[in-house]
Amino acid sequence: MAGGRKQRASYDGVVLTCPVTVPYSRYSIHAAHWWIGKALRALADSSGLSHRQFDGFCLSSFTAGTDSAIGIAQHMGLNLRTVDTIPLGGNSGVAAIRRAARFVQAGDADIVACVAADTNQIDTFRQTTANFSRFAQDAVLPYGSGGANSSFAMIQRNYMDRYGVTREDLGRIAVSQRANALKNPNALMKKPLTLDEYVNARAIASPVHLFDCVMPCAGAEAFLVMREDLAEELGLTPVFLKGAIERHNAIDDTVQEHGGWVVDIDELYETAGTTPQGIDVVQTYDDYPVIVMMQLEDLGFCKKGEGAAFVRSHDLTIGGDFPHNTSGGQLSAGQAGAAGGYIGLTESMRQVTGTAGPTQVAGAKTALASGFGMINYERGLASGAVILSGEGA
Amino acid sequence: MTEPLSPPKRKDPLKRTAIPVLPPSMRSRAGQLLTWAAAEGRFALQKCLECGHVAYPPRDACPECLSEHLPLADISRGGEVVSESTIEISGEVYFRERAPWRIGMIKLDEGPIMVAHLHGDSAKGDRVRMSLQLDVAGNAAAFARPVKETPNMADDRQWRTMVADPKFRRILVTDGRAPVGRAVAKALLDAGAKTVWLGISEDWKPYPPVDPRVNVVPLTVDDVKSCEKLAGAIGGKVDILVNTGDYMRPGDIMDTNVVTEAREQLNRHFLGFLHLAHTFGGGMRARGADGTNSAVAWVNVLSAYALANTHPYGTYSAVQAACLSLSHSLRGEMRHGGVRVTNVFSGPVEDEWYQELTPPKVGPGAVASAIVKALREGQEDVYVGDFVKDLRERLEANPKGLEREMNSGG
Repeated sequence: MAGGRKQRASYDGVVLTCPVTVPYSRYSIHAAHWWIGKALRALADSSGLSHRQFDGFCLSSFTAGTDSAIGIAQHMGLNLRTVDTIPLGGNSGVAAIRRAARFVQAGDADIVACVAADTNQIDTFRQTTANFSRFAQDAVLPYGSGGANSSFAMIQRNYMDRYGVTREDLGRIAVSQRANALKNPNALMKKPLTLDEYVNARAIASPVHLFDCVMPCAGAEAFLVMREDLAEELGLTPVFLKGAIERHNAIDDTVQEHGGWVVDIDELYETAGTTPQGIDVVQTYDDYPVIVMMQLEDLGFCKKGEGAAFVRSHDLTIGGDFPHNTSGGQLSAGQAGAAGGYIGLTESMRQVTGTAGPTQVAGAKTALASGFGMINYERGLASGAVILSGEGA
Repeated sequence: MTEPLSPPKRKDPLKRTAIPVLPPSMRSRAGQLLTWAAAEGRFALQKCLECGHVAYPPRDACPECLSEHLPLADISRGGEVVSESTIEISGEVYFRERAPWRIGMIKLDEGPIMVAHLHGDSAKGDRVRMSLQLDVAGNAAAFARPVKETPNMADDRQWRTMVADPKFRRILVTDGRAPVGRAVAKALLDAGAKTVWLGISEDWKPYPPVDPRVNVVPLTVDDVKSCEKLAGAIGGKVDILVNTGDYMRPGDIMDTNVVTEAREQLNRHFLGFLHLAHTFGGGMRARGADGTNSAVAWVNVLSAYALANTHPYGTYSAVQAACLSLSHSLRGEMRHGGVRVTNVFSGPVEDEWYQELTPPKVGPGAVASAIVKALREGQEDVYVGDFVKDLRERLEANPKGLEREMNSGG
């Protein structure tokens, strides 16, 4: 890059706090706005503040219709200095953290409410798919209308052939997440899942089968970003942002085998002053198990092509040696639209502050959470990751 | 290997006829460029005029150099299937009804990656031959097929939705009095049509012998009652209608008798087309999803003069242009039923009424072959013979110049 790149400034002095989850439901008769309102109320209740004291607002929602964050601001009675709509799907949460942190550091806002919320009415999911992007409308949707399932199926087909990954390997990820979800009272999936059930499930878009797919639902996830001293003054438990990366449209594999993380991952650990071995709990973006495996590699937990061996030799459950997607993730807790890009963040915040309750990993103080999203055409374009730390229990 | 298509069974009259639904049809303005290529059977993508980058999906700026100049260019049809999926569960009714549906990611030799419909005989790792088809919603759709012909290749069920193959279909050809109509009827039977009805106007008058496999039916297109009567008898069974009528009488505006002849030409062409569309179009549109022998195409044989008014056929050219315009309206209406409207533009044919014209002229057999090919390949605009191809190129190069040359006065 011309002139070289400026050293990334640290996020010192900024904290995340008050992670909230509005419990999901498979279908909702309510509008997205209702779920956004619930999330804001939960933030107010959790922080002891009035929502009118929030002066920054980052919003992600696929189903808020014609309203962007500014319309929602009036709807909810927010009086803002900074307003930001983040339409980055599964990377919305990481993007919100990065932006909100900089707003706060620069003094453009004192208290930023970061919210992702979506409803799921009958036909919502089909409509979201049908109107996802111009490239998708021109060049993907007319080809069988398999939605994300068939796009990721083609990524998975290539990945399995290229790296010798079996469906059983991918199944280990789904099965361990289901085990985690059984401890999360808010998870939509309540029944145990065996590897046999995973393997024998019906095909949706081969090689993607039923338990490779998330359950679309309604729900919301949210948190606050503010200065450390303000959090202390308000008596709120801080989560520290040790490092954060984003990278978009950066990968030119013929069929996607990497995400944008590979470009910046070393810098992420370096700024956080840690290594993959220093991470106590990992929350990857799990729209499909194959994307989880890609992240285990790209985030540095193993080398490219070793993902299958990694999941065979590690226990990914809450009590295991590699606790991963401890809430059950989207695969087993549900995918509440854009909130799917937040679910790993709120869970990470709870984990490192010892407030995860039944899904708590003992002694967790450092978490890595990643985001991935926007399969605009034939690959996911947006990627990001954060390393968070807290005082633990 | 493709399972050969079985002849459709007799329809169970108690069964509900499936209502035609369409695949998703939202396309960007740039995306419609590919529809243009597909309509003519070309494989063309956007190619940057400044840097030569072949761009896909369709764009408004070149991702290599940000040039705004991205015209269509014919490119190599070669590519390789780099991944594939069989969709069992689709979000859209059209594909749910047709599941499983195979798609592939194709790395084109010229660079881009295309998501494409995948022929049953092609799989990951295979070389493929690409084409742009028109799907039943009328939009360009990439299709990947084996490079070499495989057994029963045209019977592939996904391929069959992209074309209007005459095989096992029941077809009405409207005018058996002209040589073109008779040639078309024969060619369609040779191409596997189950039934061909051939319209003969005023059938008490003598007419030339027709292929014995053909069912001759009375049809006088300028008489709406005649159209209604025939539609009442066979309208629910016509899968393809080929409107071959041609009644050409020379005449420019200042010529004697021109008004009478113009009226007759309007009756036989424009109103005839309208009568046919009115009496047969609705039934066909309702049967666009009626199994192996669903209603699938409406073909108009139009004169090259529909594209450019030509002396001494001033009024005839105008009537043909009116029919061309009407065909666009019909195309829009039939699309809701997934029925294609194909226009076959022919130069002057070897016929008594073009007797004094110098060559090149088009034989009736050439028109018939072009129609069969258009149906088998799913083309929407077809140009038959050197005359019409020349006319088209000149029209594209300099429309005003063409107008001057074609109407130099009598």
